[in-house]
Amino acid sequence: MPDLGIEVLFAGRNMARMLGGLWVALRISLVSAALGIPSGILLGVVMRMKNPVTKILTRLYLEVVRILPQLVLLFLVFFGTTRMFGWNLEAETAAIIVFTFWGTAEMGDLVRGALAGIPAHQYESGAALGLTMPQIYRFIVIPQTLRRLIPLSINLVTRMIKTTSLVMMIGVVEVLKVTQQIIEANRVAHPQAAFGLYGAVFVFYFLACWPISLLAGYLEKKWS
Amino acid sequence: MKKGAKGIGIFLAAAVLAGAVFGGCGMKNGGGQDGAVYRSVEEIKESGTINIGVFSDKNPFGYVDENGAYQGYDIYFGNRIAKDLGVDINYVSTEAASRIEYLQTGKVDLILANFTVTPERAEEVDFALPYMNVALGVVSPDSDVITDLADLGSEEEVIVISGTTAETYLIEHYPDIALQKYDAYAQAKTALENGSGAAWVNDNTEVLAYARQNAGYTVGIPSLGEQATIAPAVTKGNDALLTWLNEEITALYGEGFFHEAYEATLADTYGAAFVEDLVVEGDTAR
Repeated sequence: MPDLGIEVLFAGRNMARMLGGLWVALRISLVSAALGIPSGILLGVVMRMKNPVTKILTRLYLEVVRILPQLVLLFLVFFGTTRMFGWNLEAETAAIIVFTFWGTAEMGDLVRGALAGIPAHQYESGAALGLTMPQIYRFIVIPQTLRRLIPLSINLVTRMIKTTSLVMMIGVVEVLKVTQQIIEANRVAHPQAAFGLYGAVFVFYFLACWPISLLAGYLEKKWS
Repeated sequence: MKKGAKGIGIFLAAAVLAGAVFGGCGMKNGGGQDGAVYRSVEEIKESGTINIGVFSDKNPFGYVDENGAYQGYDIYFGNRIAKDLGVDINYVSTEAASRIEYLQTGKVDLILANFTVTPERAEEVDFALPYMNVALGVVSPDSDVITDLADLGSEEEVIVISGTTAETYLIEHYPDIALQKYDAYAQAKTALENGSGAAWVNDNTEVLAYARQNAGYTVGIPSLGEQATIAPAVTKGNDALLTWLNEEITALYGEGFFHEAYEATLADTYGAAFVEDLVVEGDTAR
C-alpha cells in the first residue's frame, strides 16, 4: 500500500503540533472577527452618511484595504511599524491588527450594502413616529440589517480563517506552516506524505469552518 | 435635526474604530537600549536569550522534527553559538523573502537561514565568515559518468530546470551544449531516469541528495561554476556581534567544528565523501 503520510501524521508530536497550529490560525481569525465585525457595523453606518468628509475618508480606507494585498499589510504592520516608530509588535499582534483592519473594511462595505437595501419609507415612517435618527437605527434598521448580514459575515469569517495561512510570512507558525515543516522533515523518508498531510489540513479547516456555518444557519432560522 | 447627530456619530465611530484596531497591541521588549535597531553582544547576554532567524522547513539545513524541536546544519551551529554566549535560544521561523527585513528591524539578532552571500545582500546586512559552500553539480548514470562537461558528445543533451542558476550558467559558459529544459524537479528527474539526457545540472546539494537516494547515479562533478558561500548575517552596523561571531567562527574552524556538524546533520543526505565540497573550515574556503 502506498504510504500516504498517515504514519507521519501520527509520528511523535506531529498531530498535536498541527492542532496547535490550527488553534493559532483560529485565535488570530476569531479575535480579528470579534473586533472587526462590530467596528465594521459602525463603519457601515458611517459610510451611509451624506457627509462628504466621511464619504471620502471611508472610501479611502476601503480602497486601501481592497488594493493592498494582505501580505503587504502584514509586512507594513510587522516590519514597517518597527522601522517608522520603533514599535516591536509581536507577530501575532501584528496579524490581528491587519486582519481586524481588513475585516472592518470588508464588514463595513457589507453593512453599507445591507443598509442601502432598507427602503427609504422605513426611515420616513420612523421619523414620522418621532423617533430620532439613532432610535431609527436601533429599533428599525439594525435588526433587519443584522439578519441580512449573517450569511455575508459568515463568509467573511471563514475567509479570514483561511487567509491566516499568510501569517507564516511574519514568522507565525500556524497549521499550514506546521504541515510544510512536517512534509520537509520527512522529504527523504516519506516523500509521499504531502498527500495525506494536506488531506488532514483539509479536514482541519473543514472542522473549523463547519460549526460556524451551522451557527449561521441556526441564527438565520431563529431570526427570520 | 439630523445634522447634529451625524457629526457626533462620525467622531464616535472613528474613535471606536481606532480603539478596535489598535486595542490589544502587545509590545515585547527588544531592540537596543541606546536606540539602535540591533542588540550588542552585552545586551544579548544581559537579556539571556538570542533570537536567531532560521528556516523551519528546509531539511537538512533548518527544519523541525516530529517532536517540534529545531534540527539541521544551521541549527547545530546556532546551538553552539548560544552555548558559547551562555544564553538561551529563541529560533524564529523565517522565509527566504523576509530574512533581510528581520535583521533590518532588529527582530532577530542573527540569521542562520542558509543565507547565500551575494554583493547585493552584503549592502543590506553584514555577513560573518562563511560556514558552507554552494555551487552547481552534475549527476549522470553510472553507465556513463560525466566528469567534465567538455567530454559530452555532440549528440548528448543536458537536463536543467528552467529559471535556475544552472540554466543561466550553462548558457553563458557552455553555449554549445544542447539543453533540455523542464519546469519542475519531478519532470527533470523523470527525464534523467528515462535516459533522455546524458546528465542533469542543478544545485550541488540537490544532485548530491539525488544520487544518494537513487541507486545507479553518480555525481561526476560535485562543484561547477562560481562558488558561493553561506554565512551568518547580522544587522548592518552591529560590529560588536559581527566581531564576536568572526572570532567564534575562527575558533570553530580550529577545532574542526563544521566537519563535525556535517557528520551530524548532512552526511545522511549527501554522503560523507562530499564533506570537502560543502563545508567551509578555514583554509578549505574557496
